[in-house]
Amino acid sequence: MRALTDFQLTPGSGDEGAVLAFSGPMTVSSLGVTDRELRGLDDSLSKIDVSAVTVMDTVGAWTVWRLSRDSGAEIIGCKPEPQKLIDAISKADSNAHSIRAARLPLFQRVPEHVGDVMIGMAKGFLQVIGFLGQIILSVGTLARHPARFRMKALVHQMELVGVNSLAIIGLMSFLVGIVIAQQGAVQLRQFGAEIYTVNLVGRLTLRELGVLMTAIMVAGRSGSAFAAQIGTMKLTEEVDAMRTIGVSPMEALVVPRILATMIMMPLLGFFSAFLGIIGGAFLSSLTLGIPFFTFLTRIQEVVPLHDVWVGLTKAPVFGLIVALAGCYQGMQVKNNAEEVGARTTAAVVMAIFTVIVLDAFFAIFFTEIGWG
Amino acid sequence: MGEAETFAPVTTDLPEMHGAFDGEFPIRVRGIRNVFGDHVIHEGLDLDVRRGEIIGVVGGSGTGKSVLMRTIIGLQTPQAGDVEVLGQSITDARDDADIDIRSRWGVLFQGGALFSTLTVAENVEVPLREFYPEIGDELRHEIARYKVLLSGLPAEATSKYPSELSGGMRKRAGLARALSLDPELLFLDEPTAGLDPIGAAAFDQLILQLQQTLGLTVFLITHDLDTLYEICDRVAVIADRTVIAVGTIPELLALDHPWIQEYFNGPRGRAAQDSQARQQVVRASVVTDAATKQISPIMGED
Repeated sequence: MRALTDFQLTPGSGDEGAVLAFSGPMTVSSLGVTDRELRGLDDSLSKIDVSAVTVMDTVGAWTVWRLSRDSGAEIIGCKPEPQKLIDAISKADSNAHSIRAARLPLFQRVPEHVGDVMIGMAKGFLQVIGFLGQIILSVGTLARHPARFRMKALVHQMELVGVNSLAIIGLMSFLVGIVIAQQGAVQLRQFGAEIYTVNLVGRLTLRELGVLMTAIMVAGRSGSAFAAQIGTMKLTEEVDAMRTIGVSPMEALVVPRILATMIMMPLLGFFSAFLGIIGGAFLSSLTLGIPFFTFLTRIQEVVPLHDVWVGLTKAPVFGLIVALAGCYQGMQVKNNAEEVGARTTAAVVMAIFTVIVLDAFFAIFFTEIGWG
Repeated sequence: MGEAETFAPVTTDLPEMHGAFDGEFPIRVRGIRNVFGDHVIHEGLDLDVRRGEIIGVVGGSGTGKSVLMRTIIGLQTPQAGDVEVLGQSITDARDDADIDIRSRWGVLFQGGALFSTLTVAENVEVPLREFYPEIGDELRHEIARYKVLLSGLPAEATSKYPSELSGGMRKRAGLARALSLDPELLFLDEPTAGLDPIGAAAFDQLILQLQQTLGLTVFLITHDLDTLYEICDRVAVIADRTVIAVGTIPELLALDHPWIQEYFNGPRGRAAQDSQARQQVVRASVVTDAATKQISPIMGED
């Protein structure tokens, strides 16, 4: 059992107020429960007796001081050491300011928050456009001064974004290819048109899924990494340090990442489509009786060349969006570590959402120009 | 009328807490060996810290001052040796066993290490919530507020986030959090580094005042010669992978070690010595005033 602060209240008579006598230890570990009882008392005190107190720390001193301040009671029986503490505490007393961050009542807070979010979205949209403009300007500057271009950074980012994600994108595409072929065959069998599985797999992966899935994977893998890396560099003032040395963060951090992603996306997208077709061919040879190489030959015959171009046109645009979202959100980080997490999430959500919306526009556009 | 009303202490299942440490050495370090890769930082390092003293730890950059502090507070497990803090072994302790010690020390890290998503007052409340959940909200807020003021911050600072504070204010807020549980032991890692001379001197005085008022034992790592002269009772010198000497500054000056001589008798050491001598003359004249007025202005001003 931990020793607790004990107290005894002697009610006063006539004009005299009550006397409150403490005994035992008065420390942070003993006062927690006692303090709640003390706050329940409403007697007017005239004296606070601390002569029987064994140990006192600043929490004890605070309690004694607060009681004496609120009731005007006199502190008696105080030894020199605790008196020193009470004096120190009384000078550190101030009710002038709330210790919580300022907060509005709920009915004001909710509309304000909604308003903030709406304005934030509008501002964010403008800022992203502005950020894109800055990138284009930096690219323009670099085109005029090619010596300043950071080839090493670009190649390093290409490795991180492209080469290092080959395995995961390949495996994902291979499995998705199998699923499309298998599910497609089940449906097409009802019309006796199983051979059209080849068309289904070939056109779907090259035109849509290869690039779209790659963009989502790159957003999750690299877009988030961009936001977290740049965000952490912002927090540790590395970005500011770069500026003062005369290195433009746009040129050193943003442009290599954007270019690397734009270059790697078409390659990864094509790789993904290729692996998807391999997956489809693999399943067809196993369950549909279409030999593996016959499947690949059929792909050449049934997939129009413009399907490849549709995929390859979309890929760098998606790459730009993913990298832009990552770098932009990273650059917006300020204040604290929580912000890095929030901005990283925002980067991935923004990238994937924009990519899917744009993909829908592309689908209509390419059909309209006759690449249906 | 006049009948005394007694409140029996409520029986609760609060965990047992040890009383104040009454041994002679709150920190005992024996034969510490710390190795990073194949780089030996400490080899057979011994150190005793006396109760109620401010011990300053000095040494060149990279001699392992911070590593020693991390070893003592259990953040770094040494390859060999024993560390005993407040009579309990740190090196043998498991996490749940040494939790009691953690409520009896306060640590100020170099950068303040405040939790960035909490306000200053909430930072101070974290240890209180953790160790004494029975303390009511009202008392906890009051404790947080007076601790912040006691560390020399203005009342407005309580509701600010660490990112809104200057470096010096962050150190003070870190000190407020370190003092949150009224610890017996205070570990300070370069408390005055990066502060302006006025701020550093005020911080020194603050530590001294708190140490005298609260009876703390302070383990202080510093490069600041003024701090050493001003507030340290003894100084431990780390060199050649171990503590080569512990003692008061005059005792150290009597030793014939080249590093110690260069450290205290270099241009900066001389300057600190001179200013110390000057201040002692001034202090002698105001000693009566200081005796009646225990608390310095930096603690009292609102």
